[in-house]
Amino acid sequence: MGTYAARRLIWLPFLLIIVTFVTFALLRVGPGDPVQVWLGQHQNDEVRERLRAQLGLDDPLVVQYVRYIEGVVTRLDFGESFQFRGKSVGELLAKRIPVSLQLNLAAIIITLGIGIPVGLFAALRQGTGVDNVVVAIALAFQSLPVFITAPVLLLVFALYLDILPTSGWDGFFSPKIVMPATVMGVPGIAIVVRLVRASVLDVLGQDYIRTARAKGLSETIVRWRHILRNAMIPVVTSFGFTIAGLAGGTFIVEIYFGIPGVGFFTINSLFARDYPVIMAFAIVSTTLFMLANLIVDLMYPLLDPRIRLGAGNVA
Amino acid sequence: MLPDRSGPRAHDHGHTQHLNTDLEVSDWWANELTAGQRLELDEEPARGHSYWSLSVRRLFRKKLAVVCLSIILVMYVGALLSPLITPYEYTAQDLSQSRAKPTLAHPFGADRLGRDMMTRVIYGLRTTVIITIISLLGGTLVLGIVLGLLSGYMGRWVDSVIMRTGEVTSSFPDIILILIFVAALKPRLVGLVQGFEDATGIDWILRLGILDYAIISFALSIFGWFGMARLVRGQVLQARESQYTEAALVAGASTARILRVHVLPNILSPLIVSISAGLAGVAGSELVLSWIGIGVQPPVPSLGRMMFENGSIQVLRNEPHLLLFPIGTVTVLFFCFNILGDAVNDAFNPRAR
Repeated sequence: MGTYAARRLIWLPFLLIIVTFVTFALLRVGPGDPVQVWLGQHQNDEVRERLRAQLGLDDPLVVQYVRYIEGVVTRLDFGESFQFRGKSVGELLAKRIPVSLQLNLAAIIITLGIGIPVGLFAALRQGTGVDNVVVAIALAFQSLPVFITAPVLLLVFALYLDILPTSGWDGFFSPKIVMPATVMGVPGIAIVVRLVRASVLDVLGQDYIRTARAKGLSETIVRWRHILRNAMIPVVTSFGFTIAGLAGGTFIVEIYFGIPGVGFFTINSLFARDYPVIMAFAIVSTTLFMLANLIVDLMYPLLDPRIRLGAGNVA
Repeated sequence: MLPDRSGPRAHDHGHTQHLNTDLEVSDWWANELTAGQRLELDEEPARGHSYWSLSVRRLFRKKLAVVCLSIILVMYVGALLSPLITPYEYTAQDLSQSRAKPTLAHPFGADRLGRDMMTRVIYGLRTTVIITIISLLGGTLVLGIVLGLLSGYMGRWVDSVIMRTGEVTSSFPDIILILIFVAALKPRLVGLVQGFEDATGIDWILRLGILDYAIISFALSIFGWFGMARLVRGQVLQARESQYTEAALVAGASTARILRVHVLPNILSPLIVSISAGLAGVAGSELVLSWIGIGVQPPVPSLGRMMFENGSIQVLRNEPHLLLFPIGTVTVLFFCFNILGDAVNDAFNPRAR
């Protein structure tokens, strides 16, 4: 267990170096000269050359990379935005990260808050009409891209029923968050429902459930302590993927609903060739995802003492 | 890696079984037996039926799955034959028909420039279909299997490098890496191909969007191989440890024979399952890329672009058909992918039942 976590942690920096270097290299060979974008209409060869030298854009790739990483590691300095002059990337992102985090949090709450109870409900009524309908709906909606669900929800809730605002951002406790968070949550709900249902059914067939009932435990205790807890293991396992999936959908939802979050900002920066922003985004999100996956991996033994990490290496 | 704890899959639900063939009787018995006994039953199917014919028959017994498979086939074939079956050219404009509502002449209506929507939806579907097929073949099949075999067979640092690289690509929200990748490399390649076209006098590579197809498929492939590679690696490792491989080795079987006879059959059904499950994912990524605007470039139609251009509340209010027909097409396709994927999993995955 200790060695397993240690091994994963040792790998983490290497993974980060690979991802960041690939991103860095890709952005440097990419088209468009940021200096040119920067100068806009006032193109002037001499100024351009001077700026390039000043920004270090003429140095070899590896030198630029090392200099950049050094700044990030020692001073948490992600550089200065090419697009918004005089603003540091860290500052620009720091303003937008909380927005995206709140949106993701709301989506996770919706995903789990609807997914787990519905899955449990369907499993406890296995084989009935209700169960079949729930399973069919969940199946159909899983992996539906967000830009399909978004217009349909808009059509129903904003145009016909006129009960929800169509776009914008007013913080976590505003009704404006409902629609984007729901759109982001829908594919996840479908997956969680199916997972929880299958998992609960599996647990229901286990001997220890019969034992628990046989020794006279109340149905409530059996359900909460024995069924639900064991059934959660696969759900937690797949949670890392759920988060990654959410993040993929974040920027589309942010663009669609005009939410000033990281995704929106990053896509704009990508088109404006604002390298430092993209790099910072790549570093921050890769780190977060790898840590999230690691934490999820390390959480299994807490839920299921039978799983011993590091032993048995067959994937 | 952790031991495989992919949760139990959804069980067969909601279709009554008539006990009239050997197979169904054994299915019925299988439900009455414990997991261990069930496994034995699965590995010894009734005489005269191979594992394949059993799986295929199991699949074709699900009516909904057959319906979905048919819809997908019709859509795929229709999309690939789009120049033959569409009534108009996808670039043909008729400004008098601008934003026309659906009529007999234009069943899906016409867009802003008076281009027939049905034609454009079918061509857009072609874009999705071509990219899905190429990147599944390239990414899942070629890259996934080759790297998985390498990883499992070579072990040591080759294994580490391949698996860690895979973890990088899969622990990152891949769509963003794909975005960076496409945005960075495409303009360079366009320049190269333009030079090539000027030099050789060929003029159709860029016009038909072939370069776009190639780049997007390539980008999706590099980020789509890991699941397959991990699976193949696991099977190779398992086969290496197993006694039947040892026996085959002792009997003098070659590496190629061991791979073909003992490893490959174990991979084939997960392969089919993962391809049918991956269809929706790849199609979704293609749609996202064109939605953002770095996928296939106009005038080559793509469903993602159509949904982006018409994705405003004004369009929904005034000309909903411009948005709802592309969305409807994609939704039907995705529903079918999902239902088929689930049915294939039930039919081909011996552990799923």
